[in-house]
Amino acid sequence: MDFTLQVWRQDSPDKEGRFEVYRATNISSDMSFIEMLDSLNIELEQKGDTPVSYECDCLEGICGTCSLMINGRAHGPGACTTTCQLHMRSFQDGETIVIEPFRAKSFPVIKDLIVNRSAFDRIIQAGGFVTVRTGSAPDGNAIPISKIDADLAMDAAQCIGCGACVASCKNSSAMLFTAAKVSHLSYIPQGQPERMERAKKMIEQMDEEGFGACTNQAECEAVCPKGISIKFIARMNRDFIRSSF
Amino acid sequence: MILLQQMLINNPIIKFYNSSIGKKIVMAVTGLMLIGFVVVHLLGNFQIFLGAEKFNAYAAFLKSIPGPLWAARIILLTAFILHFTTAFILSLNNKAARGGSYKNMATVQADFASRYMLESGVVIFIFIIIHLLHFTLGAIQPEFHDLDDGFMRDDVYRNVILGFSNGPYAYIYIVAMLFVGLHLKHAFWSMFQTIGVYSPALTPLLKKLSVFTAVAVAAGYISIPLSVIFGILK
Repeated sequence: MDFTLQVWRQDSPDKEGRFEVYRATNISSDMSFIEMLDSLNIELEQKGDTPVSYECDCLEGICGTCSLMINGRAHGPGACTTTCQLHMRSFQDGETIVIEPFRAKSFPVIKDLIVNRSAFDRIIQAGGFVTVRTGSAPDGNAIPISKIDADLAMDAAQCIGCGACVASCKNSSAMLFTAAKVSHLSYIPQGQPERMERAKKMIEQMDEEGFGACTNQAECEAVCPKGISIKFIARMNRDFIRSSF
Repeated sequence: MILLQQMLINNPIIKFYNSSIGKKIVMAVTGLMLIGFVVVHLLGNFQIFLGAEKFNAYAAFLKSIPGPLWAARIILLTAFILHFTTAFILSLNNKAARGGSYKNMATVQADFASRYMLESGVVIFIFIIIHLLHFTLGAIQPEFHDLDDGFMRDDVYRNVILGFSNGPYAYIYIVAMLFVGLHLKHAFWSMFQTIGVYSPALTPLLKKLSVFTAVAVAAGYISIPLSVIFGILK
C-alpha cells in the first residue's frame, strides 16, 4: 500500500510548526500505524533527513503513550483503538493521511508529534490516590465489594491517560480523564474516606491546568481507546456538588 | 484589602462559580428555570385559541398581581443574565484551552444542536429583545399596543393578531422558535447530565424527552403566528 502523509513538524516548543508532505511506499496492510511511521523514518534517515518524532511504548494498547490525531480523529478511525493497535488495512490504498499532535494549550508540543501530557500527572498528584497504611498485605477478601461496584470501578480504572479525550473534545476538556480517575476510587470502600476531598482537589487542578469545560457532546467517549462512558462525568459532577457545600 | 480578597477567595459560592464544573451547574440550573418559563409562557399563550375574551382576561389577571409578576420577572432576569454571561465566560475559556488549531478535526457523535449552542443562544437573545420591544413594551408597532378591548382592558388579543399580520414579525418569531427548539434539543438532557443525573435506563429516555420537548415547544409557539397567517386566528 502507498500513502501520502501530511505530517506536523515542529523543531521545538517555541518554534513555529508546519506540515510536511511525505510518501510512504510499500506499506504492508498488516503493519500498525507505528510501524508505518517507523518505515517512513528509516527512509528519512537514509536520505539524511531528520526522522519524525512520535511517542509509543507498550505497542499493545495499554500504556497510553502513543497519541496522534489521524485524519482529525484521536487514535485514528475505529472505536476503542490506540494508534499502536491501528492497522494500515483501516485505510484506503493511496489515501492522504493527515497526522497532527494532540492539541491543547495544556499539552504543549515538545517536538513534531510529541506533546507534554504532564498536566495529567499533576491532576493525579492532586488526589488520584488512596492513603493506606503500609505493612503486610491485607487478607484477600477482607473487604467485601459488590460485583456491580467492582465492575464499575474497573470500567473507570481502564483509563490509560492517553489524552485522546482532551484532543478530540471541541473544548479541550479533560473531564473524561479526571472523571475516570475520580470515579474508579469512588466505587470502592478504600476510596471513601478521601472521596470528596479527592474530587475537589483534582477538579481544582484540572481547572488550573487550563483545560476547557464539558458541553456534553461525548466526542471524548467516541474516541476513548478504552470506551470510557461520560456517565463518570455525571458522577464526578455529583461529587463536586457534594464537596462544595 | 487583602483580608477582603481572602474572604472572597474562600467564599464557597465564589469558589463554586470559579470552577469550570460550578459554572456548568449554574448553566444547568438557570437553564432549567428558563425552560420552566418557556413552558409556562407557552401554556399561557395557548389561551389565545380560547378567544379574545379569555386571553385578555388572562393578561388582565397577570397585571392585577404585580407582586408575583415582578418577583417572577426579577428571578427570570437574574437567571437569564447568569445563563448568558456564564455561557460567554465558558466559551472563551474553552476556545483558549485549545491553543493551536487542527488542520483536520472530525466530529464523531456530537450532534448538530450541541455544536451550535452558543450561536442558537445568541439568536434567542436577540429575539428576546425584539419580542420585548414588540409585545411587552410596544416600542415596535406602538399603534397596536395599549388598545382597549371595550371592557377597560388591554386588547392584547388584537395586539397579537395585528402584530403578526403586519410586517415581518410573524416570520421572525417562527424562525426564532426554530432556534429555541434547536437549543432545547441539546439543553434538556444535557442539564441532567451536568447536575449528575445519569443512569443507563434514564439517560436514553431523557434524550428522547429532550427531542420531544424541543419539538413540542417549537411547534407550540409556531402554531400561534401560523394560525394568524392562515386566518385561523383573527
